Amino acid sequence: MKFDLNKLVWPALRQVSSGDVAGLGKASFSKRTASLKSRLSDADRVVPSVCPYCGVGCGQEVYVKDEKIMDIEGDYASPISRGCLCPKGSATMQLVTGTHRHQKVLYRRPYGTKWEEIPLQDAMDMVAVRVKKARDATWEDQTGKGHPLRRTLGIAHLGGATLDNEENYLIKKLFTSLGMVQIENQARI
Amino acid sequence: MAECHPVGFQWVMEAKRRGATIIHVDPRFTRTSAVADLHVPIRAGTDIAFLGAIVNYIISNDRWFREYVVNYTNAPAIINEKFQDTEDLDGLFSGWDAEKGQYDTSSWGYEGVEVSPAAGHREMFSGEPRSERGAMLSAEKLDPTLSDPRCVFQIVKRHYSRYTPEMVEETCGVPRELFLKVAEALCENSGRDRTSAFCYAVGWTQHTVGVQYIRTAAIIQLLLGNIGRPGGGIMALRGHSSIQGSTDIPTLYNMLPGYLPMPKATYDTDLNKYVEYNKSATGWWSEFPKYIVSLLKAWYGEAARPDNDWCYGYLPHITGDHSHMVTVAAMADRMVKGYFVMGENPAVGSMNAALQRKGLRGLDWLVVRDFAPTETAEFWRSAPEVVRGEVTPEQIGTEVFFFPCSAHTEKDGSFTNTQRLLQWHHKAIEPPGDCRSELHFVYHLGKRLKELYRHSDAAKDRPILDLAWNYREIGEMQEPDAEEVLAEINGYTLPERNPLSAYTEVKDDGSTACGCWIYCGCRKDGVNQTARRKPGSEQDWVALQWGWAWPANRRLLYNRASADPDGNPWSERKKYVWWDAAQKKWTGFDTPDFIATRPPDYRPPEGAEGIATLSGIDPFIMQAEGKGWLYDPSGLLDGPLPTHYEPQESVLKNPLYGQQCNPARLEWIRRDNPYHKAWGDPHYPFVATTYRLTEHHTAGGMSRWLPWLNELQPEMFIEVSPELAELRGLENGGWATVSTIRGEIEARVLVTERLRPLNIQDEVLHQVGIPYHWSWIGRSTGDAANELTAFVADPNVSIEESKAFSVNVVAGRRPPGPRAAAAAPLTEPSGFEDPPRDLEAVQGKPIGHHGLRTGKKELTEEG
Repeated sequence: MKFDLNKLVWPALRQVSSGDVAGLGKASFSKRTASLKSRLSDADRVVPSVCPYCGVGCGQEVYVKDEKIMDIEGDYASPISRGCLCPKGSATMQLVTGTHRHQKVLYRRPYGTKWEEIPLQDAMDMVAVRVKKARDATWEDQTGKGHPLRRTLGIAHLGGATLDNEENYLIKKLFTSLGMVQIENQARI
Repeated sequence: MAECHPVGFQWVMEAKRRGATIIHVDPRFTRTSAVADLHVPIRAGTDIAFLGAIVNYIISNDRWFREYVVNYTNAPAIINEKFQDTEDLDGLFSGWDAEKGQYDTSSWGYEGVEVSPAAGHREMFSGEPRSERGAMLSAEKLDPTLSDPRCVFQIVKRHYSRYTPEMVEETCGVPRELFLKVAEALCENSGRDRTSAFCYAVGWTQHTVGVQYIRTAAIIQLLLGNIGRPGGGIMALRGHSSIQGSTDIPTLYNMLPGYLPMPKATYDTDLNKYVEYNKSATGWWSEFPKYIVSLLKAWYGEAARPDNDWCYGYLPHITGDHSHMVTVAAMADRMVKGYFVMGENPAVGSMNAALQRKGLRGLDWLVVRDFAPTETAEFWRSAPEVVRGEVTPEQIGTEVFFFPCSAHTEKDGSFTNTQRLLQWHHKAIEPPGDCRSELHFVYHLGKRLKELYRHSDAAKDRPILDLAWNYREIGEMQEPDAEEVLAEINGYTLPERNPLSAYTEVKDDGSTACGCWIYCGCRKDGVNQTARRKPGSEQDWVALQWGWAWPANRRLLYNRASADPDGNPWSERKKYVWWDAAQKKWTGFDTPDFIATRPPDYRPPEGAEGIATLSGIDPFIMQAEGKGWLYDPSGLLDGPLPTHYEPQESVLKNPLYGQQCNPARLEWIRRDNPYHKAWGDPHYPFVATTYRLTEHHTAGGMSRWLPWLNELQPEMFIEVSPELAELRGLENGGWATVSTIRGEIEARVLVTERLRPLNIQDEVLHQVGIPYHWSWIGRSTGDAANELTAFVADPNVSIEESKAFSVNVVAGRRPPGPRAAAAAPLTEPSGFEDPPRDLEAVQGKPIGHHGLRTGKKELTEEG
């Protein structure tokens, strides 16, 4: 008959019989302990990611179940962070899943006293029309001396340090091609 | 570093466990100081005096690394005989042009040759295009013995000769014994066998002399031989996940991707002129034409042809400084109609917050993209000036759009971290509701604009119509494919669209497109190199297979300097990159940052051009002459050597020179941006400095809405010493009001020995610590530190001075009623002396648009 370690209920016996004399190894597992598992082991997938806060670039693992984020943990494989996250990095789960996140576009009319919700597509159309109007109204073709300007000082942009490289690239590409030059971000602080 | 980059700081602790000495120089005692071997409390705004004294210590005690300095730096170069130092002119360098209010830099250059800078204000130094610009220094212009009084080494030595331990005590409030310990520790830990590193953050940059702070550290590190070697360097600890990326692919007014300058109206009138002004005849920037042509091919595709200058004419031109503060001042003067703000919160995080909001009130429309409506989105509704009744929403005509953004977990993309490492984050789930990525917003905005302009035949609209803007749309949300954008950034051949594998493959004949040349190789072989995640434990310590670092996956820049002139490691212990004589190439733990097959004994032949001019002992390949610059002959607007100037608002007279402040600093002379007296202002007797806390992030958009973080750090506070508390009757946990002439804030008081009074010039000087995360909305609120700060900036990079300014502190809460300078003009305090900030020769600088007083007249004459 095969000897079953777990049937030896008295821990000291388990320790001796399994050779785990210090009781710090397998012998310390009760049946219940052995059946416990991390909540994260139920994840459908683990998606590799990077902390969105400071510039250190700690590795993150995003645990997803039923298309919802269950948790975000430090990535032990990262040679930068070796599994660590600081208080902010550890709060990333709340940053991305918290109730503070607005999910609707808000609009405030000129001289208005309140926000109004408007559909995303309408808001995009409205912004595009305003960009065209401002650009056309403030276009400068050349200086008094005939040097080329081909620009507008009527529209400006701020932000980029919290965004992806690909996003910064499209912002720079589109806005520069519109003739905008006042494009700035947090690096100027 | 332990406070703001805690996980990065684990490596400092690792070094400490191996015996490294940790030195922390900071006005405050922080978690970093707690584990440091030496904590040096310093008067905020005096680091150049401190570092300059280290330079003096190294030179006068003969502690510099001779072989490194003679071969790898410009120490032997002979400087123009017309050059005069600040020692000769009481704090000015030669060439101050009183009429223009700026330096004429011609006397700063090398004898007989002109070198173009690798970065900085290149246009200020290039003059008329000449093919010999950036020529090699010939032997007769060098003194390898470093004894010629006009050689760089001797000039540096004289410049810092009065930066003594006694002067440090008098200027910085650092006891001379403590200073000497720091200087000795650095020297002891440098040489063939050992290296020391400097780490800094915005505590060094946010000054009217910020660029020169970093330059002083560069001089020390070059003298000690600590650049391009493992364990050496000067590391900027950057505060956002991709602030490095947004500098490389710049959402910045003065650059195009890969540090190509934006065209300037007066100079860069066509592609030929642009190339002539900006390329260098020698060094790596001789490759410049390839990078701009391939960028234009990436942006305008088929439309970019050799016969139309590759659409160079589509690019807008700048006419001066169009940086953040300049733009906001223009907004406040109602000169700007529309403003996009994405993931930034200037109503809290930017200097003179009341003036920032005045700028927002001057717009026709504003678009804010963030997780929740920030103070910037809500400026019209609940800003302090609205609450005080100075302005009502009914008076504010700005139309505001708030778009909710996707989180990094809801989109694919790459961040570039503070060590130039690109790391890909994968999309985990779909964004909720109307939340979208910036990629989505900008791409679809671009599509709409193309449609709106579809029937236009105006020349001004061609760039929009010809813009290459076809990215694969994914799913119902029509999210553009981020990896396709990365492929364009990496670059490809034309017409085959095969990915390029290195920037050396980029061409200027239209056969390649490349969106950012320094990122070329990040998608080598069509593989997303930034998504590589081979565990650190399965690699050597350089970990080349985790992510991808620009350029060419190099982890340590200028690493040729880790070997001696003959190409051998300086020591076994500091072995990193070396010349393999058998294989006739450079090799090592990292990708060598040098021309791979150029032997150490190579010397350029007579008449060599471009990269051929770099000799085998020129590790600094981006510099025209391949050497590290102890002395900066071109590129900076405020002098070739860092010089101690007091902050715009100081409590002391400059102990070293008659010139009080940086003569070339940018000031905004406006009623909504008043300044204190230069020093000794009795209304504002204390020094203030701003900073971050571990538990919050910048202006709070990613932290003040999170209960977990708010529980850890719930409330705005200021830090004061027990002595200052007693002087002002402040109680721990009670209220205090901090004021400048521009604004007032209230905060809880933390009385702590972490801040200590300094004894300077027989006086007791108090400093106040002010975290800057809070403002009036979010789930944890408080007054914003930036209600106090001013528009005043470094001339080279237009970065504000918020790390050292003068304030008053009194007990009790802020009184209600009008206060902010931007809302109601304040009466000037009078009845005491108003000492000048500038020598007579510097006074009377011209004031330009929107109150900007700058020394960049040549650039702005047409603006």
